[in-house]
Amino acid sequence: MNPSVDALRATFGNAIGRALESCGDTIVYVGRDALLDVMAWLRDTPGHTYDYLVDVTAVEYRDRERPLEVVYGLRSLSRRADLRVKVELDSQGDLTVDSVVPLWRGADWLEREVYDMFGITFRGHPDLRRILMWETYAEGYPLRKDFPLRGRFSRAEQVRQALAARPEAHYSLEELSIADAYEELPADMKERLRRGTRGELPDSE
Amino acid sequence: MSKRTVEVELATPGVGARGETLRVPLGVAQQPDLAAEHMLINIGPQHPATHGVLRLVVELDGETVVRVIPHLGYLHSGFEKLGEYRHYNQIIPLTDRTDYLSPMANNVGFALAAELLMGIAITPRCTVLRVIACEMSRIISHMVWLGTTSIDLGAFTPFLWAFQERERIYNLQEMWTGARLTTSVTRVGGMMADVPDDFVAGLRHFTQTFPKTLSEIDRVLTRNAVWVGRTQGVGVLTAAEAINHSLSGPMLRASGVAYDVRKDKPYLDYETYDFDVVVGEHGDVYDRYLVRLEECSQSNRILQQALDRLPDGPINIADPRVILPPKSRAMNDMEAMIYHFKQVMEGVKAPVGEAYVGIENPKGELGTYLVSDGTAKPVRWRIRPPSFINLSALPQMAAGHLLSDLIAINASVDIVMGEVDR
Repeated sequence: MNPSVDALRATFGNAIGRALESCGDTIVYVGRDALLDVMAWLRDTPGHTYDYLVDVTAVEYRDRERPLEVVYGLRSLSRRADLRVKVELDSQGDLTVDSVVPLWRGADWLEREVYDMFGITFRGHPDLRRILMWETYAEGYPLRKDFPLRGRFSRAEQVRQALAARPEAHYSLEELSIADAYEELPADMKERLRRGTRGELPDSE
Repeated sequence: MSKRTVEVELATPGVGARGETLRVPLGVAQQPDLAAEHMLINIGPQHPATHGVLRLVVELDGETVVRVIPHLGYLHSGFEKLGEYRHYNQIIPLTDRTDYLSPMANNVGFALAAELLMGIAITPRCTVLRVIACEMSRIISHMVWLGTTSIDLGAFTPFLWAFQERERIYNLQEMWTGARLTTSVTRVGGMMADVPDDFVAGLRHFTQTFPKTLSEIDRVLTRNAVWVGRTQGVGVLTAAEAINHSLSGPMLRASGVAYDVRKDKPYLDYETYDFDVVVGEHGDVYDRYLVRLEECSQSNRILQQALDRLPDGPINIADPRVILPPKSRAMNDMEAMIYHFKQVMEGVKAPVGEAYVGIENPKGELGTYLVSDGTAKPVRWRIRPPSFINLSALPQMAAGHLLSDLIAINASVDIVMGEVDR
């Protein structure tokens, strides 16, 4: 067992949940509210110095009773040691967890991907929007277990939506605001942007 | 619906046919204050310099990049979702198609993770064959990178040399696996096939002649004034920034961090091979080039050592629950037929648990994270995609550089969109 687990228990007490070992890696469960403090402590405390974030991902089990897990892979480059930190989220409840982007810039796209694929919101993320699916994707979160393999919509509906997408659906709001482009946009586009309903399906004429 | 698209609108500044100044449709300033006029241009998704279907929306101040916003997902295939519906051995063909410039190394990465999960120890011959597979992949991936990057920066000759070398490895790969790209060379507990008779001689001939091409490329590029001018001091990341961005592979090492999974968390007995970890100093595009070029010759050294030590013996473990019996036995022997049937119909069950294996792929650390609930299909198959994570540092690297440098910086990341989008 990784000695950092005992040190975490001594420092954070009840915020640290169970710890176990699987295939040579130590996994420690952390309470959702303490996550950011625990991560900052793991990164900065001498003797632990997990300075490298290997991965951020999430796991949903086939067993519906089990909570969703957000999984952080940490590594200390100097000590060549790994630690896996997990946060459990009730899949029926609030799927929100603190973002670790303030600690590791590398978490930026990784958290966006988890948001995109699992619908988990990262509080404090500077730019949390879909990354692999397009921004107006309406079928839900593909890696959730209740998402069917071929998607929720029929193939005909998927094709219809792709063909009917408005051009501005391919730009983010941030991009459309660059260089004051907003004032130059056609009126109907501006109206849709203001309503926040970009890329909605056009009325069938 | 209006026919005007944003793309057209944003890219039409300049002078009209009769010499009158056309209004820049974006940011129409009342006074002609050029410094305040930023232009938004769209590069890709179909553009030769984006190395795949990457789309970059770039905000420019004159020719200087103010901001880069990458858009991904044009090649998203949902491999991870698909893997949850597949047996472990059925996932291996999917790994070919993630980083399709080094398919054999991806096969190895997945097989190692599945074997760790199931507690399988592979045979000595299989271990060495997998090292050969990984290092061959590294050479072809770096050759593609070198060729395409030199084209991006205006040098055409190294491209031809690099692709010629790649072709020679591809021929060996085809000899071994029957495929150039979709190799699927590993199986859980062994390999798909042993190497054919003249493979070892062919690969040895390659390792003897390949260094000549490397030195030619080195002579053409390393001290070339244009190449040096286009790459030195461009896209710099310090060691601390590279670590904070979770970069891996040549990107991390070019910034001066001597971290190589093969040395620091060895797999496949890499600790018994004699090779050097190549480390850069400045973290710019030039150092990334030097690191990749030198890694090719280190891979060549590893290949030679692997060929020298390649032991005889079986390539598969002797466990009929994991490895399919030979076809002749499955057809003639009742017990073998039952094992064959059970493996094909039910798959190989993995115990409850989870395993993470990181291997040093050409692009960086390729992680395979498998979670099992005791059935023959993983609950979660996660690929830690090295080029996805390396690409996430692009906006920071490119800000403040010229647009032409953005092309060099983007090339230096060495992305494969099949892996970025998965």
